[in-house]
Amino acid sequence: MANLLESVGERTIEHLDYVGSLNIQWWATLRAMVQALPFVGNRYRWQATVRQTLEIGVDAMPMVALMAICSGFILAMQGASELRRFGAVHYVIELVAVGFTRELGPLLTAIAVSGRSGSAFAAEIGTMKVTEELDSLRVMALEPVEFVLAPKYLATLISLPCLSVVSNVFGILAGGLFMFFSTRLSLLLYFHYVFTSISLRDVVTGLIKSLVFATIIAHVGCLEGFRVRGGPDAVGRSTTTAVVKSTFLVIVADAVFTAIFYFTVKS
Amino acid sequence: MPIISVRDLVVEYDGRRVLNGLNLDIEHGETMVLLGGSGSGKSTLLRQIIGLERPKSGSVHVKGMDITRCSESELKKTRLSIGVAFQSAALFNSLTVEENVALPLREHTRLAPPIIDLVVWMKLAGVGLADFGKLLPQELSGGMKKRAAVARALALSPEILVLDEPSAGLDPIVAAELDELILLLKDNLQMTVIVVTHELPSAFRIADRIAMLYQGSFSSIGTKDEIKVSQNPRVRQFLDRIPENIIQTPEVKAYIDKYMQSQEAYQ
Repeated sequence: MANLLESVGERTIEHLDYVGSLNIQWWATLRAMVQALPFVGNRYRWQATVRQTLEIGVDAMPMVALMAICSGFILAMQGASELRRFGAVHYVIELVAVGFTRELGPLLTAIAVSGRSGSAFAAEIGTMKVTEELDSLRVMALEPVEFVLAPKYLATLISLPCLSVVSNVFGILAGGLFMFFSTRLSLLLYFHYVFTSISLRDVVTGLIKSLVFATIIAHVGCLEGFRVRGGPDAVGRSTTTAVVKSTFLVIVADAVFTAIFYFTVKS
Repeated sequence: MPIISVRDLVVEYDGRRVLNGLNLDIEHGETMVLLGGSGSGKSTLLRQIIGLERPKSGSVHVKGMDITRCSESELKKTRLSIGVAFQSAALFNSLTVEENVALPLREHTRLAPPIIDLVVWMKLAGVGLADFGKLLPQELSGGMKKRAAVARALALSPEILVLDEPSAGLDPIVAAELDELILLLKDNLQMTVIVVTHELPSAFRIADRIAMLYQGSFSSIGTKDEIKVSQNPRVRQFLDRIPENIIQTPEVKAYIDKYMQSQEAYQ
């Protein structure tokens, strides 16, 4: 019994330590992020931010679009198979439009970026730690948080909402194609129904979620990199851990924010 | 007044004492070699001198500033007068050699880009890499990487140059070339040079004074001639390459006997 309590206590302290480290890193990055901004910051940091934005955002666009098209089809087909029984196939439009803008667009994008860029952050920073590059930054009087983390965080904050919008567009488009082939509903009319079924609030809540997801992905990926101890095998482990933890935390955050938005709508 | 002064320095990792109350003064313009076997604490001492870690107790004064107690901004200011070349070279793999050397100049000076290019060329020419600036670090040989790391360490013309195992892993000819480079830089730039090594020929070629570390304490500090004739048993063991006789310990002997018996039984 004592062992069980000890083990639970130890794990609790570990988790609290992790959350504390994430918070400290987040505040440090917020302070350093001014340097990564255009015009007011350091132009090399802004150049790094642009480079990162291209890698995280532009390079991921085909993958995110394809994932959204597949998910759009799946959602429309699954929805239609049930709604058809009640003669309510037209509700598929609302299901796809609202489902994507509020939920699936940001979530799918976050999962894709977590797997693609969150792991890359952990691997890159972990390798920099193992090869003493982070130490060499410090001895050159450069802060790794400002030099490495701030551009990545800002780039993720820019990329994820943009990718979410791309995901929304392609997911909804896939729903439209399904409706066209199954009910001969024209795309023009489909998009008319889409715009009447979604509100600005749906889009904004989706974008707020994607900013939260961006924060989780960037900070978990980077923290896992900074915590690497040992050799190349530790870098591999940190990469896996970064993806697992950030995906888990993204889903938890999604549940929390969905609940918050749900109850604020009710009130 | 010494440029670096270490007083009663104690370092512990997880309760294990690594440095045991060290005292050392390094004068302006001298080359101090920290000599010792693997695990003797020489790299740990080096990390204390460059302010990468804080000790359990004691002090490290660099140019009169106690870097174990100073603020982060004071530490950064002090670091600008120290150039460090790490054992693994720690060049940034995503940057070319000349971008690596230009990094501290770009970050800490207001020099115009053409002037930075000129300074970078001079620094690279100084280490014999003038024609290799456009290459990435992974395209360089081990010796060239170390020389590039020295060029980057020299970028801001520091008063103190710190070299961690500069000749480790290099063939004797390249190692000798690096020794000559260190001597040349010291003569031309009047720098204080601290070198961590366990390579005896290199140590005796470049040192003004040698501090010999054994299990976290100095077993001897003196000029290279004093060290050569020292009768300190630890110094003699190191210089005369006398093994520790670990195979004579009861544990190893018992293991070998057991292994031999099992082999006989198997046959």
